Amino acid sequence: MKAAIIVFPGSNCELDTYHVLKNVIKDDVSLIWHTHAKSLDEFDYIILPGGFSYGDHLRAGVIAAYSPIMKEVKRQAKEGKLILGICNGFQILVEAKLLEGALLRNSSLRFICKWVNLKVENNNTPFTKRIKIPSIRLPIAHNEGRYYVDEDTLSYMNKRGRIIFRYCDDKGEVSEKSNPNGSIQNIAGVSNYEGNILGLMPHPERASEKILSPYKTDHGKLIFESMRWWLRNGNS
Amino acid sequence: METLRLKLSLTDEEIRKLSEMLGREPNTLELLMVDAEWSEHCSYKSSKPLLKGFLTEGERVILGPGYDAGVLDLGNSYILTIHIESHNHPSAIDPYGGAATGIGGVVRDILSMGTRPIALLDVLRFGRIDKSNHSKWLFKNVIKGIADYGNCIGVPTIAGEIEFDECFERNCLVDVVCLGLGKRENLTLSLAQDEGDSIILVGGRTGRDGIKGASFASKTLADEEDRSVVQIPDPFTKKLLIEATLEAVATGRVKGLKDLGGGGLSCALSEVADKGNSGLIINLDKIPLREEDMNEIEIMLSESQERMLFVVEKGYEYEIGKIFEKYGLNFSVIGKVCKDGYLNLKNKERLVSRIPVKILANAPIIYRESKEPPLKEFENIEKPSLDLDWNKVLKRLLSNPSIASKAWVYEQYDHEVGVRTVIKPGFSDASVLRIPHGKFIAVKADGNSKHCNLDPYNGSAGILSEACRNVICVGAEPMAFVDHMQFGDPGNPEVFWYFSQAVKGMADYSKHLNIPCVGGKVSFYNEDEVTKKAIKPSPIACVIGLIEREEQIKRIEANYNDSIFLLGITKDEMGGSEYYEFIHNLVGGLCPKVNFEFDKTLFKALKEAIKKDLVKSLHDLSKGGLAIALAELCIFNNRGIKVNLDSLPRKTNRVDEILFSESHSRFLIIPRKGRIKELKNLFEEKGIPFVRIGKVYGEELDIFFQGRNLIKLGLDDLLKPYHESIPKIMGDLE
Repeated sequence: MKAAIIVFPGSNCELDTYHVLKNVIKDDVSLIWHTHAKSLDEFDYIILPGGFSYGDHLRAGVIAAYSPIMKEVKRQAKEGKLILGICNGFQILVEAKLLEGALLRNSSLRFICKWVNLKVENNNTPFTKRIKIPSIRLPIAHNEGRYYVDEDTLSYMNKRGRIIFRYCDDKGEVSEKSNPNGSIQNIAGVSNYEGNILGLMPHPERASEKILSPYKTDHGKLIFESMRWWLRNGNS
Repeated sequence: METLRLKLSLTDEEIRKLSEMLGREPNTLELLMVDAEWSEHCSYKSSKPLLKGFLTEGERVILGPGYDAGVLDLGNSYILTIHIESHNHPSAIDPYGGAATGIGGVVRDILSMGTRPIALLDVLRFGRIDKSNHSKWLFKNVIKGIADYGNCIGVPTIAGEIEFDECFERNCLVDVVCLGLGKRENLTLSLAQDEGDSIILVGGRTGRDGIKGASFASKTLADEEDRSVVQIPDPFTKKLLIEATLEAVATGRVKGLKDLGGGGLSCALSEVADKGNSGLIINLDKIPLREEDMNEIEIMLSESQERMLFVVEKGYEYEIGKIFEKYGLNFSVIGKVCKDGYLNLKNKERLVSRIPVKILANAPIIYRESKEPPLKEFENIEKPSLDLDWNKVLKRLLSNPSIASKAWVYEQYDHEVGVRTVIKPGFSDASVLRIPHGKFIAVKADGNSKHCNLDPYNGSAGILSEACRNVICVGAEPMAFVDHMQFGDPGNPEVFWYFSQAVKGMADYSKHLNIPCVGGKVSFYNEDEVTKKAIKPSPIACVIGLIEREEQIKRIEANYNDSIFLLGITKDEMGGSEYYEFIHNLVGGLCPKVNFEFDKTLFKALKEAIKKDLVKSLHDLSKGGLAIALAELCIFNNRGIKVNLDSLPRKTNRVDEILFSESHSRFLIIPRKGRIKELKNLFEEKGIPFVRIGKVYGEELDIFFQGRNLIKLGLDDLLKPYHESIPKIMGDLE
């Protein structure tokens, strides 16, 4: 599979994602600088990596959302290409209106870096098809990760199965205590109605090798493997 | 001149010497440049002769002290760079900006070597946050400054150390260590040597912030006016600068690199010329400015952040410039290398200064007076009563912010970015990073101001010993270290005595154990102008260890029925202990002494034990002694422990000393199942005391001694004070 990782000024997880896709998933990966003016047709999927694009100036993700390459990303999105936004990538997708909602400052008003449990709410998506366990462990690292969306949209998203991950505890229970940043309904990741775009705050690329996990898990890999599987087999 | 009053840190004697060396009177610009360059901060004029005592060479050392960073050989053509910096004075005034720009500075040092910054550690000192709102404010904002800056530039903050003590109430300490990784062929030095090469200034524009920062750090804190000397952080530009610099270095056309830190352009230019035995012709009118009407003095002395100086091979300016353009960075060719040995400064073709770089870059050494303070009287103090509830004491010690969990701090730092962090902060005695070719490095920084206050020689040697023991605990072999010496005014003979003893202690230990020092830093004048009180002497050591194979990485792991052994001897060494100072407010007693020869034998034995896989887990005994180490073992594993201390190798019978003495070179060890006999033999052969004291058992910490149950605390009673102390103080928990 051919992967494109879009690099904005201030992205800082592009090399981590590159490493995982190349050495763990063993895909053919390219880093694409944000001024790239050509089409992204040749790629099977696109990743918007984590980091602090434009230093989070103004609001996380907002400046990158107007970056030259985003026009092409939007075109690809419309054509159904798989697009994954991780952390800052999720913030950019929201600011670019490719996903519903907004990401506000954490309720603690502090940056939070720690491992969390995520309940997999829908495992029939291109990003979760290979996840056979009810919850996965990934780390979060963000300042503006409190997901918010108005109630009507939220209930519609819930109905349509667009809430993909929720923060939960060790036992898989979604509770206020297991909510690290004050997100509405503990939401950690959502997709668009068509299902080809996923944005999530936790970092799957930091959890794709057992050696990096305090729990000796590699659940992040399951997301990338799901994408590969989906591209090969479709929804069958 | 109208914007600057001439407040020099140069002495009259130094000004006289300067005129003599120049053979003329310096002009104002020159005087201020020399003031910055000859400041303690840039020149090490008081400390240089003593720092020569360190061992600086070793098998893996490519470059030792004297450059922007130390360089170690990791094999397979990879190199590790390491440097330590402090930003104490700026942080005491503007904790957020001061701490953030402190990181910015040390990151540029690593970048100057042509290596990618891969990790940060910070060692912090504050007053009592449980008692002082001012210290709480400093603490909160220093952490935020580090977090906002480090997180944004994508360099993980992977470890650190924090101590709280009243002596830091007005002078907090903010030390930052940065590690870099690169290929040996890309190693770049901070020098300009070939005639005709271009000098390019890249990154942030030069503004009025931070003017005279280096001189500022070389005197004690006084008035509010000092606020304007703190620089303004811009991590976004720094991130671009990191990527652009590494891309430029990869072209092979960058022949020298130097970061602009203390002393601004003045220091950077004179140092690259001095190291390259050359001269420079610089056009001040070519320097991109933030404000239009800046004068020559302001331009040369500004410490504006996010600037790097490139020495680029003649003819490749355009190629390198394209890279800066890609990242949207300002840059300008500001001059070129010449051979006359002078720093020639021109402004619109008018020569404004011409001064030999050798004079500028090499301050005359100052030999300071040293006088031993009456410390002996602190040794024999009346010991506290033994009629105490040890459960209560242990719970209070666990809630002592110097001992309690620092999760409130490190969870604000992105410690994962880079996908290298194998052992993360809060999980063990040191952090572990993955490096190429299946190898790992372990790193830990330590200090102990309370010990050093009573006995700087043994305290300082003990710090290096402890940092070594911490990296050994995760399975590493100590490879090298950097140090940071922080004291009050060196003009005070007693302060200087503390300094010289601390340097000697650490240097002697490094030589005896054959662990080279590859860099360091000295920060003087950490004292309060108003109260004239200096901080407790605060040397720091940051040790890097190497782990050759993944299987050798040790974690703090304890399963039910695992046997727990204690290695080492417990002595009547309570001076500077958390038990004396935090519980009893008692300053005095015997400071723990390291036995150099014992450590040498011990480290060798532990290396063998780890190599032969005889050990499952190791935990170092440090602040709070044996009782705290046992409690931590319970906390980290969420399991109880039952021990009997009757057979404890010891030179004391007092209960408080057995529980809380901070004697060095002791470990809690859990042997591998079935290898206990081999391990015992290994230590016995070498005369290292090693006894079984108990096992992992039940849901509580149970400590018995001579028929008494000294401590009996359920897991919750241990976890709560340990985890909730700092969040409670900071107002997160009721």
